[in-house]
Amino acid sequence: MWRDRKTQIFMVMIAFVLFLAGCNFNSSDSSNEESGGSEEDAGQVLNISTTADIPTLDSTKAHDGIAFTVLNNVNEGLYRQDENHEPIEALVTEHTENEDKTVHTFTLRDSNWTNGEPVTAQDFEYAWKRVMKDASPYSFMFVTAGIKNAEAIMNEEMDAEELGVKAIDEKTLEVTLEAANPLFQSLMTFPTFLPQNQKFVEEQGDQYALEAENILFNGPFTLVDWTHDQGWKYEKNEDYWDADTVKLDAINAYVVKDPAAGINLYETNKVDRIVLSSEAVDQNKDDENFETILEPEVFFLRFNHNHPVLGNENIRKAVNMAIDKESLTEVILKDGSTALNGVVPKGFFKSPAGEDFRDLNGDFNTGTVEEAQKLWEQGLKETGVTDVTVSINIADSEDHKKVAEYIQAQLKDNLPGFNLDIKAVPFAQRLEIEKAIEYDLSLSSWGPDYSDPMTYLDMWLEGGSANRMDYSNEKIQELVASARTETDLEKRYQMLLDIEKVLLEEDAAIAPLYQGGTAVLMRSKIKNLLVHPTGASFSYKWVTIEE
Amino acid sequence: MTRYLLQRIGFMLITLFIIVTATFFLMQLLPGTPFTNPEKLTDSQLTILNAKYGLDQPVAMQYIQYIGNLLQGDLGYSFQHEGRTVTSMISGRIGPSAFIGLQALVIGAIMGLLLGIVSALKHNSILDYGSVTLAVLGMSIPSFVFAALLQYYVGVKLGWLPVALWEGYSSTLLPSIALSVTVTATVARFIRSEMLEVIGQDYIITARAKGLKENQVMVKHVIRNALIPVVTMLGPLAVSIMTGTLVIEKIFAVPGLGEQFTLSILVLDYSVIMGITIFYSALFIFVVFVVDIIYSLLDPRINYKGGAA
Repeated sequence: MWRDRKTQIFMVMIAFVLFLAGCNFNSSDSSNEESGGSEEDAGQVLNISTTADIPTLDSTKAHDGIAFTVLNNVNEGLYRQDENHEPIEALVTEHTENEDKTVHTFTLRDSNWTNGEPVTAQDFEYAWKRVMKDASPYSFMFVTAGIKNAEAIMNEEMDAEELGVKAIDEKTLEVTLEAANPLFQSLMTFPTFLPQNQKFVEEQGDQYALEAENILFNGPFTLVDWTHDQGWKYEKNEDYWDADTVKLDAINAYVVKDPAAGINLYETNKVDRIVLSSEAVDQNKDDENFETILEPEVFFLRFNHNHPVLGNENIRKAVNMAIDKESLTEVILKDGSTALNGVVPKGFFKSPAGEDFRDLNGDFNTGTVEEAQKLWEQGLKETGVTDVTVSINIADSEDHKKVAEYIQAQLKDNLPGFNLDIKAVPFAQRLEIEKAIEYDLSLSSWGPDYSDPMTYLDMWLEGGSANRMDYSNEKIQELVASARTETDLEKRYQMLLDIEKVLLEEDAAIAPLYQGGTAVLMRSKIKNLLVHPTGASFSYKWVTIEE
Repeated sequence: MTRYLLQRIGFMLITLFIIVTATFFLMQLLPGTPFTNPEKLTDSQLTILNAKYGLDQPVAMQYIQYIGNLLQGDLGYSFQHEGRTVTSMISGRIGPSAFIGLQALVIGAIMGLLLGIVSALKHNSILDYGSVTLAVLGMSIPSFVFAALLQYYVGVKLGWLPVALWEGYSSTLLPSIALSVTVTATVARFIRSEMLEVIGQDYIITARAKGLKENQVMVKHVIRNALIPVVTMLGPLAVSIMTGTLVIEKIFAVPGLGEQFTLSILVLDYSVIMGITIFYSALFIFVVFVVDIIYSLLDPRINYKGGAA
């Protein structure tokens, strides 16, 4: 009797196991076998790892680098980023603008969606209005682009139908701006501005973009297989208007969250490119395929400008100078980050004459410890105190803690009488404390929204939602306002340089620390993989594999 | 028996209700918003979004609404994965977790039984000391250490099994083995001490006095009785292994549920946190219930007439 029952239970378990065995991995089996080791006969195949699943493939709702990357490679908008992250014509064949540069007219080339229907100007109008209608996470991009009525729609003062975009006919799109915007074309490379086929979207209803088969493509690649949380596969889109340029036959993307597993997959040739964690950098830095890539994210200290001592400019300058930023990135972080003495990062933003923003403006507030101490003494005299105890607001992540402890030690050693307490809170709370300006110092970071220095500069406007330290300077208000509409690019660039000078040279309003970096291992056979600072992180269109 | 079962089911539902309520209100205490891209949200956008998702209403109202939807089997939509239902996220991810969990349980139970029985039978021998040492090691070394070692030596150096990813049966083996180590150790230690205790009982002397063969004594009397506490422990162990495989899932890139749970808490994806909590609790309550039923099958001394029959 007992034996029988036990057997029954056992059989039930076996049945359950068999049931599960049938249910999950079959879908990805077939596609992945060919990608494994047989690179010689598989043609041009790129194998990459990624850190998370695609949150959504709906271009109007996408909000992260992973989704932006996929969308950028399976779709085509008005413009696309080239190797210098400058806009190059994609679907646009002709672009005209009126005299005051507020009405832009685009002529579209003939191209098709993967269901055979043509890509039309209506597809743009529909998708753009959809972003505004749903108050999507990136609807603020329309305000940044200065598209007419976008701000009013976002504040719910106007209907999404009033957005300044209109399809004149199938191949002519007219976009109206609030004012001339020198960044307009560059912003059009952003995936939020991609077109969508209205009929298809409405047919799919709430299933739209949930799976690879619920979406249409018009870009260099199509998504043929998307297994949630495991990975996805791209294949070359033969109907793409510029298909001759595309050399890759397929791309396999695998979701790998553990950096150590990534290294093991790289070593077994399963993936061709991985990102290294800082612990793994020491072991791999002599590998011939090791490289570090500058990232556009900047890390800095916010000061509470209402604080009786930190409100003093000399004190802030002293803090700026007292921290040895080179040691911070090379000894403490070791992850490819580099010291930064400005707010605009190095390597991404060139002037019209082709010079890097950082090279043009140079370093701010650098100096010896003695100089820092002199400013510190002066600041103390001005504020009438002999020592100061303040706290720093940080997120409770490993990196934040390492950086905060380093700053604590540096300030204590170099500025006699400076005591820093570390207050580590969850990320979301750090942000709330910062927004409420209930801190003394705050360890912050900022990533760009678009490829222009302005994304790091207009955040310091008085009362702006990213200011978060009650800082204001009339000069910055004026310079930002003029730069926003200045269409002479040389003049405009000078204004941008001046904004940074006011912020740092005059006011030392923040203390820049470092610019993020990524250490990667990438097989040298991969050529022309473009890594972008904003929007989509990668472009695969021009990639070739050279054995 | 029927009455007992109904009573139990009633208690199970009440327990679940309390868990749902507690989680819902505790979750509201977490700072931040469930929306993506919080760094860039302006205040006016936040107000609009809160209104859109009903988060501007008082917490009590939100709670009533949630319970109402829950009763209709609606767990809502994820905040992070636009358009995906929580139900589809759980059902898509539970398979891999359950598969490696159950497989680990089977491997661990079999290995544990063997080790435990051998060391009890050969009490105080080299075999006994050997398996006790193994069990102590298995208990004290965390499974992710085994996972990393297995991945490197078996996956990279020997190349016998896939390093990671979820591509066919062979890729389930390493995570299952890594997970099974704790189970093996736990089961082996339990079986050993229980068997030693049972062997000293009077009824074993009786069985031997009846003239039963040693094999029969061991199988019918000693092992069977020693299994009862193991079943108690195996139930919760099964749940924790099916759900708490977060680190193993991450190391082997298994698309499982444990990983999703932590992630949803970090990004404050309210509906996913609730959904997975409910799922885990229901699973746990159910397994405890099943364990109680299995008890009565294994041990005739236990019955659930509840004094009413």
